[in-house]
Amino acid sequence: MFQIRLHGRGGQGVVTGAEMLSIAAFVEGRHAQAFPSFGSERTGAPVVAFCRIDDKEIRLREPILEPDALIIQDPTLLHQVDVFSGLTPREGYILINTTRSFDELGIGEFVSGFRPVRLCTVPATELAVKLVGRPLPNAALLGGFAAITGLLSLDSVAAAIRDKFAGSVAEGNVAAATTAYEIVRQEMKEAAQHAQAD
Amino acid sequence: MLRQIEGSRGVAEAVALCRPEVICAYPISPQTHIVEALGEMVKTGALAPCEFINVESEFAAMSVAIGASAAGARAYTATASQGLLYMVEAMFNAAGLGLPVVMTVANRAIGAPINIWNDHSDAMSQRDCGWIQLFAESNQEALDLHIQAFRLGEELSLPVMVCMDGFILTHATERLDLPTPKQVDAFLPPYEPRQVLDPKQPVSIGAMVGPEAFMEVRYLAHAKQMQALELIPKQAAEFQRIFGRDSGGLVRGYRTEDAATIVVALGSVLGTIKDTVDEMREQGHRIGVLGVTSFRPFPLAEVRRILAPAQRVVVLEKALAVGIGGILSANVRMALSGVQLHGYTVIAGLGGRPITRKSLHALFRQAERDELEPLSFLDLDWNIVNRVLERERRERRTGPIAETVLRDVGMVAARVA
Repeated sequence: MFQIRLHGRGGQGVVTGAEMLSIAAFVEGRHAQAFPSFGSERTGAPVVAFCRIDDKEIRLREPILEPDALIIQDPTLLHQVDVFSGLTPREGYILINTTRSFDELGIGEFVSGFRPVRLCTVPATELAVKLVGRPLPNAALLGGFAAITGLLSLDSVAAAIRDKFAGSVAEGNVAAATTAYEIVRQEMKEAAQHAQAD
Repeated sequence: MLRQIEGSRGVAEAVALCRPEVICAYPISPQTHIVEALGEMVKTGALAPCEFINVESEFAAMSVAIGASAAGARAYTATASQGLLYMVEAMFNAAGLGLPVVMTVANRAIGAPINIWNDHSDAMSQRDCGWIQLFAESNQEALDLHIQAFRLGEELSLPVMVCMDGFILTHATERLDLPTPKQVDAFLPPYEPRQVLDPKQPVSIGAMVGPEAFMEVRYLAHAKQMQALELIPKQAAEFQRIFGRDSGGLVRGYRTEDAATIVVALGSVLGTIKDTVDEMREQGHRIGVLGVTSFRPFPLAEVRRILAPAQRVVVLEKALAVGIGGILSANVRMALSGVQLHGYTVIAGLGGRPITRKSLHALFRQAERDELEPLSFLDLDWNIVNRVLERERRERRTGPIAETVLRDVGMVAARVA
């Protein structure tokens, strides 16, 4: 079972992001369970959503306490919420929506134990503004997630986006996800080369 | 057809396939998505003929459902928590009059303190009002139970409540097998009421009954629930024949055959318990779990048959009978009259407190060693409790308890789980 925790703020489509992630897994014939953290959500308040993906029926109903991957939709949460809680050092994946680096975000030291190819950033809000016309980073981040984990294909992510949205909103989000996918692939390539050079 | 959708949406689609003629509801979390989806289907004409009636309260919702059902319409509503409490007088009327309304309860805690999260306090408060109460373990079962509920209720002329865990199920998106209209029509015949308000053949419904016959009328309500004990397994078998799925029934045992320890529970926590049981089985523990799907009527004989060979029973419940402890446990105890075994009541998950595998592992091992108290509270923070009790011993004006406790624990909004 692969477990993903998504952190963001009310209004950023965190819950929809988890839902689309589960649909992408469903498209690939897998079992998936997406659910929100059930808080009394308000615009701007920290929000958590969860997604489990497995090849068999998922019966577990506890919140995801030990995620395999984190998708952080809002970097301002990094020093406000314990977003890294339970993430396995070294093995965990971290994808952050930001234009800055891990060092610039002040977590360079914290993530030094992780594999560099599993640490990626993507300017998802900027991509969404440019390609969708609204600052909703969720779909773009799913493209990045597909790249960083290799768990789902970009096509499945696109299918999930088109399941949830229609018309130009869907296509704009698919374009944002595709661009994010390429950005993350490039980052991973650089990280791998860097690791080899070391 | 397989779809990846929210539990609420799945239930709404299932209810729509049952062709309700009147839907009346008042919004309350976490039930809202179900009636929103149904409202949309009525508005677009996808669900027709059906009237969606906006009401000003839950009391009105149940009253409208009663009126609609008495007029011969298939009636549906949904609620949760305080909403259910607000319709209590009408709940007893729907049951007492024998009107087969179907209602979803998206289980949620009851205030004070106000809390929107899941537990079973709401449904448990109505356990003796005469409604059939079915508890869903998964969203698939929630969907399936609604289809069975209409047929069961209408055949017996009794209202049926389908309980599904608020948020944990209602707001979870997962794979659901949605039946076809043809399948549902093959299983659920059109509503043929036993009693109907028809101007052509006028009757009155709701007579005052004095001491000369009140006991008999009440007994007949009980007799109908006893008939449900026979009907529920039959309908589940027929459901399986048509839909190809094992759903519903009275109880569901899992790895109980040779179990020394059997855990009993209701609803979605059964999934987490089953995963825990599998892990413990791999380590050689003789443990199993019994899910009770039909809480009213309570299947005493089946519960006894499955539990009697065990050495101990752990009843894990998401409701607290303040002043005594367990509610499900009391019913299980009744089933075990004369049987000697260790019985433990564990109150868990109140107000949305997560029930984790980690805590269950520790709990079940403690039970196996017979080190549990007869009544315990899973993951209760004794520091918080004792601090308040100590303060109350010392001072008089200690203030409101909820606010005091919140101050003690500090801000909780930023916690992950």
